[in-house]
Amino acid sequence: MSDNVWDWAFAWKILPRILDAAIITIEATLIGFVFAAVLGLLLALGRRSRNPLLSYPIAGVVEFIRSTPLLVQIYFLYFVLPEFGVVLPALVAGILGLGLHFSTYCSEVYRAGLDSIPRGQWEASVALNLSTYRTYRDIIVPQAIPPVVPALGNYLVAMFKETPLLSAIAVVEMMQEAKIVGSETFRYVEPMTLVGAIFLVLSLVSMVGIRRVEAWLRRKIMG
Amino acid sequence: MSEPIVRFENVSKRFGETVVMRDFDLDIAPNEKLAVIGPSGSGKSTLLRLLMTLEQPDGGVIYVKGEPLHHMWKNGRLVSADQKHLRKVRSHISMVFQHFHLFPHMTAIGNVIEGPIHVLGMKRAEAVARAEELLDMVGLADKKGSHPSQLSGGQQQRVAIARALAMQPDVMLFDEVTSALDPELVGEVLNAIRKIGREQDITMILVTHEMGFAKEFADRVIFIEGGRIVEQGPGAQVLSEPRNERTQAFLRAVLG
Repeated sequence: MSDNVWDWAFAWKILPRILDAAIITIEATLIGFVFAAVLGLLLALGRRSRNPLLSYPIAGVVEFIRSTPLLVQIYFLYFVLPEFGVVLPALVAGILGLGLHFSTYCSEVYRAGLDSIPRGQWEASVALNLSTYRTYRDIIVPQAIPPVVPALGNYLVAMFKETPLLSAIAVVEMMQEAKIVGSETFRYVEPMTLVGAIFLVLSLVSMVGIRRVEAWLRRKIMG
Repeated sequence: MSEPIVRFENVSKRFGETVVMRDFDLDIAPNEKLAVIGPSGSGKSTLLRLLMTLEQPDGGVIYVKGEPLHHMWKNGRLVSADQKHLRKVRSHISMVFQHFHLFPHMTAIGNVIEGPIHVLGMKRAEAVARAEELLDMVGLADKKGSHPSQLSGGQQQRVAIARALAMQPDVMLFDEVTSALDPELVGEVLNAIRKIGREQDITMILVTHEMGFAKEFADRVIFIEGGRIVEQGPGAQVLSEPRNERTQAFLRAVLG
């Protein structure tokens, strides 16, 4: 064992399989995150509503989702919903789980972003007699977005790193593929190491990308 | 006096324990230029903020063009206004703030056309043409594409004046609009206000510390202290020969 803990030829041979599975990982991350980012904004706006029939239930749902483990939620979507006649493919259940879970974190980020807009901007909107919708759409949200990009980016990367949980419902993403390779060949060092390395590289690249996006947005929106 | 365009009737306003307006009555005539002076905390900004619906009165009623502002008639009784009523009556009023409150993510002209397009329902081309006229009027024709961060305080405040005027209000409120400016920038903003006063049929209510300007510009000056009108009259009288000793004390303190 000592002279072949790491087998380069084997690692090279399984790399395409792991990279193929990485496509599923990236897909789940991106679709899940778009879902989380959009739903999160709706949750944040709903939570600020003056109507308690809207804001209270939303606050309850947000707290509930944030306080239960993502794995439990994914199991619930995949194993419990069919009891009620809702059968989701594993990948869909996984993406939905990621999206729902992270939408609550995103909603907190948006909430902080909205709270950071000075009161004068709201007052100027009243003085111009803008509707609530217009005020959010044209005045508040465009200003709240650049400051929340770094925090949203952190959650994007965090969500990316949670995708191995999808292997628990047999979605063949990177982690699941690595486990399959391991069980077929009884070699785990190379597949697991490759998975770790690919996560590391993609996380670092995303971080740099997010900083660029933030700087670009700031220039574009603030002139 | 003709039918007042703005009427405060028995208005009171508290912030916690502090009473800032008590049983306040005031009629303002159409086209009147009214200057409001008084020590800080006297309730003069609150007067404007109530009229812009940024604050709710605790008692009394404010009428604009004969219609209650924060209230509406329902089955012969005055009840709290809904959003629709508020937006309708509020459309007669516009406000310029001490700290400008321009939208930093929009250009100067973007700030000016936002309301006309989305509130007045104006066509974009028409809104742009009018905004250019208004920016020209306040001397900023060449700055229409600039963002607020690229403008001086005086320029920002003139954009804010154009933005308020673009809403075609009957009543314009100016809340200490030169107080946040460096002294050398005050003149250009006051000139813009003078010009509006000359060229537009518009009621103007100015809370100000510029006593010279108030005296020259306003038809009437009111001195407020403790949420009440202590003295009022033509600027020359209130500011030069005040009868009330509290007005005298205030002016001594301000003018040194």
